[in-house]
Amino acid sequence: MPIDWIWGLIGGLLIGTGGAIYLLGNGKIMGASGIIGGLVDGSGLDTKWERILFLLGVAVMPVVLTPFYRSVDTHITDNWYALVAAGLLVGIGTRLANGCTSGHGVCGMSRLSVRGFVATACYILAGGIGVILFRHILGVI
Amino acid sequence: MLRHLIALIAGGFFGAGLFVSGMTDTTKVQGWLDVFGNWDPTLAFVMGGAMIPMALAWLVRERRSTALTGAPLPPPPSRKIDRNLVIGSLMFGTGWGLVGLCPGPSIASISYGGPGLYAFLAAMLTGFAVAPHVRSRLDRVVPAE
Repeated sequence: MPIDWIWGLIGGLLIGTGGAIYLLGNGKIMGASGIIGGLVDGSGLDTKWERILFLLGVAVMPVVLTPFYRSVDTHITDNWYALVAAGLLVGIGTRLANGCTSGHGVCGMSRLSVRGFVATACYILAGGIGVILFRHILGVI
Repeated sequence: MLRHLIALIAGGFFGAGLFVSGMTDTTKVQGWLDVFGNWDPTLAFVMGGAMIPMALAWLVRERRSTALTGAPLPPPPSRKIDRNLVIGSLMFGTGWGLVGLCPGPSIASISYGGPGLYAFLAAMLTGFAVAPHVRSRLDRVVPAE
């Protein structure tokens, strides 16, 4: 659907603007896994309010925008084994790799970071194989 | 104080972008990864769109010695491709493909994701908590470098 591409582009520009504000304002790389992970494992508690307010902004803006946009159905699977396994893989994986789609993908690749490109290639490769395996071969999602 | 306000605004843009781009819809993420199914190109537009302001910000960064708040700016990126980067990203991608969620959208959809999202979030936070132990265990079994 063409309209989805346009919203994708607009949304992408907003995401990148957020990253630009965070970088030039606070000198930080906008990586969701690092911002949350640092609160959970204690490594980022010295900047806890900066992190908490960032996450508050992330969580609240969709609520603010819902009346002007359209509600989003997340279509999250009801397979709880998949949800728990995926949550653990995402949590451990992004912290081992020191970044996720926002940190390595958006912020890393836009500065031509080799680590950003390698990480992104790895998670897209694994995600693509995962969808083939879990959807088309095993049929669990 | 300013630092906290900037964080709130940056987070607001990030959350708004994830919301309107449709990235909190797991079928759009899995649809992009599903090259052998009904492929959905949206994620490429989101990633491409996000890299435009971000690349400009990195160019501005080169001309500045500190951030607006006076905080230090990030150093040039490390070029070290280590085992943890590869193993971690492969693990992350597997989970991402399995349910179509990554850390940013899991927070953006917290008000409308329902019980399934909370199960994912609980597991992800547990993953964040145990990750340092996994890292040191990996280092002991197969020393890095």
